[in-house]
Amino acid sequence: MSYIKAVNLSVGYDREVVSENINFTVEPGDYLCIVGENGSGKSTLMKTILNLIKPIGGTITVGDGLRKNEIGYLPQQTMVQRDFPASVTEIVLSGCQARCGLRPFYNREEKELAKENIRRMGIEDLANRCYRELSGGQQQRVLLARALCATKKILLLDEPVSGLDPKVTAEMYELIAKLNKEGVTIIMISHDITAAVQYASHILHVGDTVYFGTKEEYLNSEEGRFFLSGQGKDGGME
Amino acid sequence: MIETLFFYLGRPIVQYAIIVGVLIAVCSSLLGVTLVLKRFSYIGDGLSHVAFGAMAIATVVGLSDEMLLILPVTIISAILLLRTGQNTKIKGDAAIAMISVGALAFGYLLMNLFPTSSNVTGDVCSTLFGSTAILTLTTVEVWVCVILSLIVLILFVLFYNKIFAVTFDENFGKAVGTRTGTYNLLIAVIIAVIIVLAMKLVGSLLISALVIFPALSAMRLFKTFKSVTVFSAAFSVICTLVGILTSILITTPVGATIVAVDAIGFLVCWLISLAFRGRKG
Repeated sequence: MSYIKAVNLSVGYDREVVSENINFTVEPGDYLCIVGENGSGKSTLMKTILNLIKPIGGTITVGDGLRKNEIGYLPQQTMVQRDFPASVTEIVLSGCQARCGLRPFYNREEKELAKENIRRMGIEDLANRCYRELSGGQQQRVLLARALCATKKILLLDEPVSGLDPKVTAEMYELIAKLNKEGVTIIMISHDITAAVQYASHILHVGDTVYFGTKEEYLNSEEGRFFLSGQGKDGGME
Repeated sequence: MIETLFFYLGRPIVQYAIIVGVLIAVCSSLLGVTLVLKRFSYIGDGLSHVAFGAMAIATVVGLSDEMLLILPVTIISAILLLRTGQNTKIKGDAAIAMISVGALAFGYLLMNLFPTSSNVTGDVCSTLFGSTAILTLTTVEVWVCVILSLIVLILFVLFYNKIFAVTFDENFGKAVGTRTGTYNLLIAVIIAVIIVLAMKLVGSLLISALVIFPALSAMRLFKTFKSVTVFSAAFSVICTLVGILTSILITTPVGATIVAVDAIGFLVCWLISLAFRGRKG
């Protein structure tokens, strides 16, 4: 059985379908990239996977020992967060909230976990700094560390590199690839088809036509070739 | 001057006022950070007007303890407002404006149609600006206030980490299985209780000041959630104490004096933060 299996899924808000006929599976260790034009329903799909909104039709099954609260999530930044007065440690620790249940305070084990993930993201020196004073790339690392506190198994990333400069973007992709090699399953939304085909093992293309397959299959498919050529003009594809 | 101060401090009425003032100051400042950051500060304003309307009804009906009506009505409104506020921003804003001015108008209308005392304008004024209410507290009111404040404090400490999580990133919380809806509800109820309590101290028009000034001042100077929370509580207590004592000494309205001190305190914090930034740059 797979971690996540979607069958004939339709997603959208208030019964208004944004994207439909979505079929895909995610196996442990996969690196799935969700690509598609703006407004094609990528973020809506991710929110549906996370159970933040209900699917309009079809089913999503979570299985293979993955529980609903073992999914780590890196959302797009909100306005509230940009000037939030909180230290890096406080934010990373809040990733452990699901482990606490009704227990009011974090225990030693959770504090250790937070420290370990801060180290893993290479931001120990920022641990006591204020979140709003960090650069965009540093903030993303903080949120990634928080997501890792919530799960060891699977991460859902919503445009993790938006607004980052090229150098930091490349570092971020390397970091995510490293996590994937360490055994964390990745589902990532990306605008950046170049990076998607470079790092992902599977591609899910949503839009007017839906395509799901391995990266190699996608590159040879009609959707893939069409999308790549369209992006190639401004994305610098060979 | 010091002698006069000690003379007043020796009187139970003034002692009550100070106990109640400090408790309310702490409670109202705690959730201020959350409200400001979640862009909910306007909810405090709306709720205080609802509380005013409820108070008018309670007075007209002739309830012996007005709290019995004001508290539930305000809590229910808080829950409703937070619900609508979550959907689309503009709709929520409009709903709050509608409910709050509606409650204000009906409250004033009722008090004029069924006057319970000969001085309606004075009554309205004291409800809106809390003129002397704080100095006319009965022992029962003090106890109610102490108990409610303690409940708010205990809830806040117990749910501190959850409140932080829900404030910083609701979607993440929901995704990892935190019951964000429940905690939002909890926040709404606590806000309602605080508003009703604070109405005694500064009156319903000035409540938002008690919620917003400490939080904004603390956010100028501090950089972790914990230090911001602790400082805003301290800031609020100091300003309230200074405000109460000043108002006793120079016989100014209590509520307005406290808020004025809060505003000056904010200005000081803002200037300090500017000075620090200037040195860094």
